[in-house]
Amino acid sequence: MTDPGFQSTGLADIQGRLLFIKIVVLIIVGLLVVRLWQLQVRDGTYYRSLSHDNRTRSVLLHPVRGFIYDRNGIVLANSVPSFSLYVQLSDVPAREALIGKLVKLLSLDKRKLNKKIQAHGERTPIRLKKGVSLKEAALVESHRLDLPGVVIRPEFQRNNPQGAYAAHVLGYVGSASEEQLAREEFQGLSLGSVIGQYGVEQIYEKALRGRAGRKLIEVNALGHEKRMISADKPKVGNDVHLTIDFRLQKLAEDLLGEEAGAIVALDPRTGEVLALASRPSFDPNALSRGLRSDEWNDILQDTSHPLTNRAIQGQYPPGSTFKIIMATAGLETNAIGLTDTLHCGGRFRLGNRTFRDWKKYGHGAVDLHKAITDSCDVYFYRLGHRMGVETIATYAKQFGLGARTGIDLPAEGTGLIPSTEWKRQALGEPWYPGETISVAIGQGYVTVTPLQMAKVIATIGNNGISAQPHVVRGVRERGGEWIEKWNPTQAPSLALQPHQLEAIQAALAAVVTEGTARRARSSMVKIAGKTGTAQVVSLRQKSEEDVPKQFRDHAWFVAYAPFENPGIAVAVLLEHMGHGGSAAAPLAKELIEAYFSYGVDEKEEPQASLAVPSHKMMKKRTRLYG
Amino acid sequence: MGEQWSRRRGLDGFDWCFCGIILVLSSMGVLTIYSVTAEGSGTQFPLYVKQAIWIGVGTLAFLVVSGIDYHKLARWSYLLYGFALLLLVVVFFSGKSSRGAQRWIALGPMAFQPSEFVKIPMLLVLAVYYSTQTRRGWWYRVIVPALITLPGFFLILKQPDLGSSLSFLSIYVTLLFAVGIKSKTLGVVLLSALMLFPFAWSELWGSLHDYQKERILSFVDPEYDQAGKGYQGLQSRIAVGSGELIGKGFHSGTQTRFKFLPEGHTDFIFAVLAEEWGFLGGLLCISLFLALLLLGLEIAAKAKDTLGALLAIGLVGMLTFNMVVNVGMTIGLAPIVGIPLPLLSYGGSVTIVTMAALGLLFSVKKERLTLLA
Repeated sequence: MTDPGFQSTGLADIQGRLLFIKIVVLIIVGLLVVRLWQLQVRDGTYYRSLSHDNRTRSVLLHPVRGFIYDRNGIVLANSVPSFSLYVQLSDVPAREALIGKLVKLLSLDKRKLNKKIQAHGERTPIRLKKGVSLKEAALVESHRLDLPGVVIRPEFQRNNPQGAYAAHVLGYVGSASEEQLAREEFQGLSLGSVIGQYGVEQIYEKALRGRAGRKLIEVNALGHEKRMISADKPKVGNDVHLTIDFRLQKLAEDLLGEEAGAIVALDPRTGEVLALASRPSFDPNALSRGLRSDEWNDILQDTSHPLTNRAIQGQYPPGSTFKIIMATAGLETNAIGLTDTLHCGGRFRLGNRTFRDWKKYGHGAVDLHKAITDSCDVYFYRLGHRMGVETIATYAKQFGLGARTGIDLPAEGTGLIPSTEWKRQALGEPWYPGETISVAIGQGYVTVTPLQMAKVIATIGNNGISAQPHVVRGVRERGGEWIEKWNPTQAPSLALQPHQLEAIQAALAAVVTEGTARRARSSMVKIAGKTGTAQVVSLRQKSEEDVPKQFRDHAWFVAYAPFENPGIAVAVLLEHMGHGGSAAAPLAKELIEAYFSYGVDEKEEPQASLAVPSHKMMKKRTRLYG
Repeated sequence: MGEQWSRRRGLDGFDWCFCGIILVLSSMGVLTIYSVTAEGSGTQFPLYVKQAIWIGVGTLAFLVVSGIDYHKLARWSYLLYGFALLLLVVVFFSGKSSRGAQRWIALGPMAFQPSEFVKIPMLLVLAVYYSTQTRRGWWYRVIVPALITLPGFFLILKQPDLGSSLSFLSIYVTLLFAVGIKSKTLGVVLLSALMLFPFAWSELWGSLHDYQKERILSFVDPEYDQAGKGYQGLQSRIAVGSGELIGKGFHSGTQTRFKFLPEGHTDFIFAVLAEEWGFLGGLLCISLFLALLLLGLEIAAKAKDTLGALLAIGLVGMLTFNMVVNVGMTIGLAPIVGIPLPLLSYGGSVTIVTMAALGLLFSVKKERLTLLA
């Protein structure tokens, strides 16, 4: 068998080395076993948790935000389904390639995408795009094998079906900022959570938000869901029902039109806000969707300040509407009697200063009734002089001026009721008697918000009892019970004797029938009110047209109706529109007439019949009123 | 010849052990391949069935090769090696490429990898070279065999198939140590290798493809980019480690089934095994390999001539290298170079060649039996 061609020399040598080779093999294999023991036994628990993290993922389920309804069940804000594009970086093996594919597929901005990706960690899903269209979503789904880590998730987008109407009341929503997330009230929310940023959305955030859920899913290496392990379903937010009557709201905003101004309509008995309009306005849909930074800058730099809710944040001199407060103060302090007359010669002299009446040659002998009806300035100059600024301030504050009304909307302004103490502290100067004279006709340092003035006139109409203004009637579980219901809080704010109050009311009625607000006279209902013309600058020039618009007077009109048992109180303010009687009064009249023709007040409990405002009922309502 | 046949019928305990280990290891491979690929492969022939067929073919190769006297094979060795090199050249110019590498020769509906087949002729050539006469001096001991090895090595490296080329090289290195290398010669070799390294490095490194460089780099620092190049290694270690002591159970490994770890049925089959059967399963597999290697060395120890001993040692060296590097790369001890685990990994060429190599080993052992009898 042995082939002689092969020598077997060195066999012993070679076989002698086998022990060495055996030892080498044993050592190497021993190393493998030791390493295997390290990985599996010593560090096994650690790697088990890594493999678990690899395949299970907890996905946050955003709750559907509660809806917002007007007092009749018209939907003012709802949530519509939309798709968002998410990426989880820990599932992405090749980041650059993925970005390239997404940019191509969805025509996204590459630079922005990179920025978004860099701002987040590996393990948190990053929302790359909101509002992905159905077509785009389908495109992504069909390329899912090429797009590891990319997931399309259904979400809900805030939607205001009525567009820009009631924007300032409703507000808008947006992603919570890091600063907001640090606050206690937003504990438990994650980055990217959408919260109310303004208006009712902000104040009633807690009720509207609902409770987020979570689902535990098993994913593959591409980050795509294979199986759901468990789910904690999100709880839908509660619905908020407003006191706003959308028909009146819409009308009020349409009445303001393009002009800057505000209209507030209240129910004097309950403080329910029926309409709260502010112009110029904004589109809450655009803001809720999320603006680009340049669009934001446009809004922020808009000199007409569309985001400002002038009805509660705008602080204006009340002008002659302040005379209501003056009259009340004068009667309560007995500084003047109902029948006392003061002479108006068209001017009032104090020291070396002369204060003019709006009527050049004066009103002659004037009693309180006539002073209010004709808005005689000199009468109130004298009355103010008699009472002094401290008394005026005391009574103005009794009406709630100079302080927030406490309406359930954010960033309400206080207005300002000056006093000697205030001036010393704020300006470091003593009070000059002449300044009291300006204050007496609602000029000088006095400022009020339209809402405050609406509350003032409501208090007068409601026989001296004021009600806290509010825009939300209650919070209600979707399809269920009321969770919170607003109980009107009333407080007597005036200590007038009934006959004194009646005299003021009568004078206010006469303002409309024969005084400065004859243009508010209605054949439908008896309206009582007071005009005001608030000077922006203290120049008195002959003709309105000569004055540049931004220096023209603000027009005020405050009113309530019906005279006997008022159901609505209105404050109208028009910036730079001149006289209250001509500019503001007609708007109030139209709103009040609408209030009665719509029958806002007819039903004691408008929503009593509607458990959930269904589409059918909404349709019916729109047919009836729309 | 008839005498020989009758003698072969009687298998002793050693033979049973040897064949039993091969059977158990290849069954573990089929089971693991089943576990990885059972779901989702809608083809007519699932991979685990194919692998079973390869093992069948391999068994045939084992029987054929073990039946041939290795001296006869040795006589044809240079011709065989030449033919294998020719195949490599053919692959180089017109091979079927798969994943950026030209490694395959299409053979009807099949494809085979000459880089696997070339190993055995090469081993035969070297064994013949060293055994025909005592090669003295470093020129005859080191350089000439190196020159014989290099053409195959570079042809495989250029495919590119770093793993196979290194595996190829391991045979040469094993034989070099087996025939013995004087400490002085070793010193000269190491010194000149060290001096030539900067020049050779740029040449060698430059000839590597990017993904090969990345794999080696990620071995040096595997944690530096989890989602990038070190990904496979990390996911493999997670798979192995998460198996803990007793494993997640058959068909319950999540790392491969959810595609965190690719190539679970080929290069990373050991990771799947260790994930599903735990430390105990991994230990069993390695122990079986160790036993097989020791049996191989036993055959070498009792080989009747130098040629037989060198063949046995070379085969053990090749098996050891493949097993150690494959297991090593799944547990983070070696760079990920793409070497299949012999007997377990899915693959026709590698399974058949491994079985044939074991057949050659068996033939060395049988020759000794014939003598004794």
